[in-house]
Amino acid sequence: MIKKVEITPENDKFLNKVNELSGQVVTLCEQCGTCSGGCPLVAEMDITPSQWMRLVQLGLKEVLDYKAVWVCASCFTCTVRCPRKIDVSKVAEALRQIILRKAIDYIDLKAIPKEELACLPQIALVSACRKFTG
Amino acid sequence: MTTTKTETPKLTGTENIKIPYYPGCTLKTTAKNFENSAVAAARALGIELLEIPRWNCCGTVFSLTDDDLIHHVASVRNFIRVQEMNDYGLVKNENRLVTLCAMCFNTLKSTNLRVKNNAEDLKKINDLMYREENYGGKVEVLHFLELLKSLGFEKIRDRVKKPLKGLKIAPYYGCMILRPQEIGIDDPEDPTIQRDLLLSLGADSVDTPYKRVCCGSYQTVKEKNIVAELAYDILSHARKEGAEAMATVCPLCAFNLDHRQKEVKASHSDFEEIPVFYVTQLMAIAFALENECYGFDQNYVDPRPLLASKSLIK
Repeated sequence: MIKKVEITPENDKFLNKVNELSGQVVTLCEQCGTCSGGCPLVAEMDITPSQWMRLVQLGLKEVLDYKAVWVCASCFTCTVRCPRKIDVSKVAEALRQIILRKAIDYIDLKAIPKEELACLPQIALVSACRKFTG
Repeated sequence: MTTTKTETPKLTGTENIKIPYYPGCTLKTTAKNFENSAVAAARALGIELLEIPRWNCCGTVFSLTDDDLIHHVASVRNFIRVQEMNDYGLVKNENRLVTLCAMCFNTLKSTNLRVKNNAEDLKKINDLMYREENYGGKVEVLHFLELLKSLGFEKIRDRVKKPLKGLKIAPYYGCMILRPQEIGIDDPEDPTIQRDLLLSLGADSVDTPYKRVCCGSYQTVKEKNIVAELAYDILSHARKEGAEAMATVCPLCAFNLDHRQKEVKASHSDFEEIPVFYVTQLMAIAFALENECYGFDQNYVDPRPLLASKSLIK
């Protein structure tokens, strides 16, 4: 499928925002796919890490509509393997933060069953709050 | 695979090291067995883990966005407590800060690195905490495993009273003590530090490539079935390689690999339960320490039948 993408100043603005938040230069990604190949959670994602990198390179905000960066567990496997030394985990965090900073939460804490709350370790709950709430 | 025995002098019990210790929230609750066994095992090696007075939450995860400084304040505050321990004479010239929880370790060490490398960031954080003394950037964050390694695995071998003979353990590292590379304590692709420790305890160490594959971490809160699938892969591979139990140093990995076996069993009829130890529980057994510090009642899969079958407990 061929898709025509027109790069407007708006697209550049989005790319720059992600670069700024992540401290990475997303355009350095050469789409080798190492991050996607090694990602332990890729099977659960709707787009792969290399796909979200590509969408960001093109400044396409539709990247924010996918679930993938929310499935990312910040395990840093992509980070240690990227041959271009891009911290892909940080790019995922930047994309999550763009949503969370609009005070849109990804998790409804009230929906966690009581029996789960009783057994989950605090580090699980606190980190889920840190990663999924704004 | 075994480390060669060297001419290291045996511990006499007089060379007590006092070192600031950061527990974190989970070590006081669902991972109390981790703390109790580690503190007791350390003491048996002549190391006193001195809990930092007035410690606070580290933040659990290191904030990965560049413009976010406020979430690093919590970690830095703990470094100031270490400085105070030196100022008040609780420890002598001891800037090392030891953690057991892998998540705390990663968060504290990452924060420390960021403020050590960015004087401007450090100044902003120090200025914000105007009621605290300034953090001078001297603290060194260590994981307990690193401390053991620096002590020497031969010394640990010398302290063993009940070798874990015939016990086949697959060490599981997870992410937070391995990655990113500048934070990790071992090779991120082929770590060996837990293997070396297990061998010094007399156990057999079972190697699997899943030892450094993520267990799903905090996804356990929202997507426990994803975590159960990862746990199934990690645990069944260890079984296939001959492991009888797992060893870990992360209370979140321990929860995902141990407690989530309930979900694994529900979705995989072929799955056979496997106990998950904190590696410090295994140290406590090998050192023949008091039963109270084992804390097996907090393990989901009871490891006692396995230990009894090897005559390691009664």
